Amino acid sequence: MTKSVSKSIKTPKEVEREFDILRVLLGMTIALCIAFLIILLISKDPLGALKSFVIGPLSTLRRMGNVVEAMTPLLFTGVAVCFIFSANQTNMAVEGGFLLGALGATIGATVFHLPPVIHPLVCLLLGGLFGAFACYVPALLYVKFNSKPVVSSLMMNYICMYIALGIINHVIRDPGAGFPASYTFDETAQLARVLKGTHVHAGIFVGLVVVLVGYLYLYRSRKGYEIRMVGKNVNFAAYSGMPVNKVLMNSQLIGGFLAGMGGAVEVLGMYTRFQYQGLTGHGFDGILVGIIAGYNPAIVPLAALFLGYIRVGADVMSRMNDIPIELVSIIQSIIIVLVVAERFLYKQKHRKLVEVAHKELAREEVAANE
Amino acid sequence: MDTVVLSMENITKVYSNGFVANKNVNFSVNEGEIHALVGENGAGKSTLMKVLFGVEKPDEGHILLHGKEIHIDNPIVAIKSGIGMVHQHFMLVPSLTVAENMVLGMEPKKKGLFSMEQAVKITEEAATKFHFQVDATARIEDLSVGKKQKIEILKALVRGARILILDEPTAVLTPQETKELFVELKNLRDEGLTVIFISHKLNEVTELCDRITVMRAGRTIGVQEVRNVSESDISRKMIGRDVQLNIQKSRAKPGDIVLNVKNVTKYSRTSAKKALDGISLRVRRGEILGIAGVEGNGQTELSESITGMDKEFEGSIQIGGMDVKNHSIRQAREHGLAHISEDRITYGIVGDGSIEENIISDRYYKPDFQKGPLLDLRKIDKLADELIGRFDIKCDGRDQPIKMLSGGNMQKVVVAREFTSGSSLIVANQPTRGIDVGASEFIRNKLVELRDQGAGVLLISADLNEVMELSDSLIVMSDGKIAAYFEDAAAVSTDELGEYMLGIRTMTPDKIRRVADND
Repeated sequence: MTKSVSKSIKTPKEVEREFDILRVLLGMTIALCIAFLIILLISKDPLGALKSFVIGPLSTLRRMGNVVEAMTPLLFTGVAVCFIFSANQTNMAVEGGFLLGALGATIGATVFHLPPVIHPLVCLLLGGLFGAFACYVPALLYVKFNSKPVVSSLMMNYICMYIALGIINHVIRDPGAGFPASYTFDETAQLARVLKGTHVHAGIFVGLVVVLVGYLYLYRSRKGYEIRMVGKNVNFAAYSGMPVNKVLMNSQLIGGFLAGMGGAVEVLGMYTRFQYQGLTGHGFDGILVGIIAGYNPAIVPLAALFLGYIRVGADVMSRMNDIPIELVSIIQSIIIVLVVAERFLYKQKHRKLVEVAHKELAREEVAANE
Repeated sequence: MDTVVLSMENITKVYSNGFVANKNVNFSVNEGEIHALVGENGAGKSTLMKVLFGVEKPDEGHILLHGKEIHIDNPIVAIKSGIGMVHQHFMLVPSLTVAENMVLGMEPKKKGLFSMEQAVKITEEAATKFHFQVDATARIEDLSVGKKQKIEILKALVRGARILILDEPTAVLTPQETKELFVELKNLRDEGLTVIFISHKLNEVTELCDRITVMRAGRTIGVQEVRNVSESDISRKMIGRDVQLNIQKSRAKPGDIVLNVKNVTKYSRTSAKKALDGISLRVRRGEILGIAGVEGNGQTELSESITGMDKEFEGSIQIGGMDVKNHSIRQAREHGLAHISEDRITYGIVGDGSIEENIISDRYYKPDFQKGPLLDLRKIDKLADELIGRFDIKCDGRDQPIKMLSGGNMQKVVVAREFTSGSSLIVANQPTRGIDVGASEFIRNKLVELRDQGAGVLLISADLNEVMELSDSLIVMSDGKIAAYFEDAAAVSTDELGEYMLGIRTMTPDKIRRVADND
């Protein structure tokens, strides 16, 4: 459709799409407004705090680096969630998968000794496999015993956490570290820094590749089509002859693999040893990123950037001003609520649709009279 | 007699998917008349009635009752205003008795407790007053469909309805039950009540109704006295062109056996009853075997078993020599099965998907549509566009979500997929249910065309005209069994069919057995 035509009359389809985007943007805006309101209320220097929050992340190269560092793991967990949630499975074991992935990479980076390039690749693969295991268990329980992944995956997260901590504390703990942590990674396994003065590492490129491949797989390949159809109407998929259970397992194994890879990239890029003391929250952040992106990997970088940005903004604000970092969590929650609320802006949308319908009718009448 | 009791003026209703169901619709009914509301599906009849009954809110327009404007915000207001509706799917509690259902929501009390005695009394009084024969203490689940419908009508009357909306009431009835219903409706009219009768079946409209309002594409096309119009006039108005009500069909030339069902028995999921009881039948290439019967007599289970949707049955089913039980649905489809499910929304389509995504669901994985590791979108787009054109699917384009289409166009997407897969066996379960005359005619002709090209067709339909018109041979199902088999479908009368459907008559096993070995 050419621009001039779409300007005169929008199809309902376009109105629908318009409002989908509007809803996300407005959700974000409202959330930020509420954040500003809170800042105004609790800060002695609201303007300074606001400034830190809004442009703080851009003020120095290091902080810009922080934004990229924060978004890197979210690319992985975000795409992971796109895969799992597109199949309409609420498998939240991406959280545990991320930690297990970090564990897998740690084992790879401390136990094996391999040449450069190959070493991190092996670690990423190990991390991916560990992560896939985390999501595999709830997926299998659902397919075999119809146990809802909402519950089993949350439990799985704890299992993952204690497996990881147990192995770190009792098997590969470095007694010389002074705190519970693994031995240091081989230097050959660590991901290279790519920007001087920041901690930005090669993981961001791996992440962007994952986004691209993830998009092509989910939206351009036959396997991705299966995943989306199973997610949208499982009865239809079965009726059409799709191997539903295989597709469900497949989507969650891929999701788990990506989450695990994210964990691997994070530890190998940011740290020199495994030193997490519990779940990291990257998986749940991934769910937020996935939801904002509408489960489309192509939009994941934007959503991850947004989240990374307000994270760093809040961090800058909490260090420079008198605002606690917890504020970010409040903003996050508000965004989720507004984005997932389908009826949000419903009346406006409906009014617009009626208007479009009227224009269409008028046009039809003109056409009929001609 | 000709006093307008209710009028709806300039009603416009836009659904949230952008579909304009009613455009400036005017509709009015008189006291003491049976008023037919006809139109294709998607013409806006149901929407208009939902607005009238307070289920949907109109975006524009108003409703006048006895000349005064009323706002019907919900069904409670509608009921209080004397408007009653009998839905196509009954709103009854199966485990309760007739009397209990009758007083639901207005239960008579005695000392604060529910009084069954009173309920029975209310029911019986109403039954006598309106000349209905009902057993107030019978449980709903034990009643026939026809009886349930009477209860629904009576329920509306007990609540003081003076205007009764019946949404395709005869769709589930046998010819005998339909006749009974018509007598009762005429009685109600003579008592001064108004009946709004929604139907697809023009012969019923001309037999029963006084006036008729035709809707097309969301607008009212005209109001007329029924005695002044012919059926072909009405149908021309409904679809805006002439239709042939008869399908052109040559004699069948049966070929090899493509479906072989042997002694299939299946137990019902909800009770110890047999849903299918020793069914055996065969379908050959180049013939249409019709299955007639009141819904719920095993047709659903039979079609699910044949198409591999449900493998929990005893006996054997072979499609082109391949055993269905130990093969997947995909294998069955690759072996020549095409399947039109009776439940379009649940199985036939993915509502959130685009038309294109719906069209390729049975073939997306084939090498033809791959380009390296990815799907060959150009080829898929071409296929979708071609089928949209060939099957005359009215839409904004191949990437429009299918849920925005009307029922008839949705079904055209389904058949565009199922009829182009090169199948040798088509299981068509209620292929034209709830869709407009134009689309129905299209689909029926296609079925005959595919038969002539050598496909075997198993046609399951509750629409008697449809099965009788299309089928080469015909079986009647009743209570999970085959009650009758007619080698030549053209030689059967509706009355005869009705008797077998109701289980009044059953053929001898010898005669029925012929359907399984018609060599």
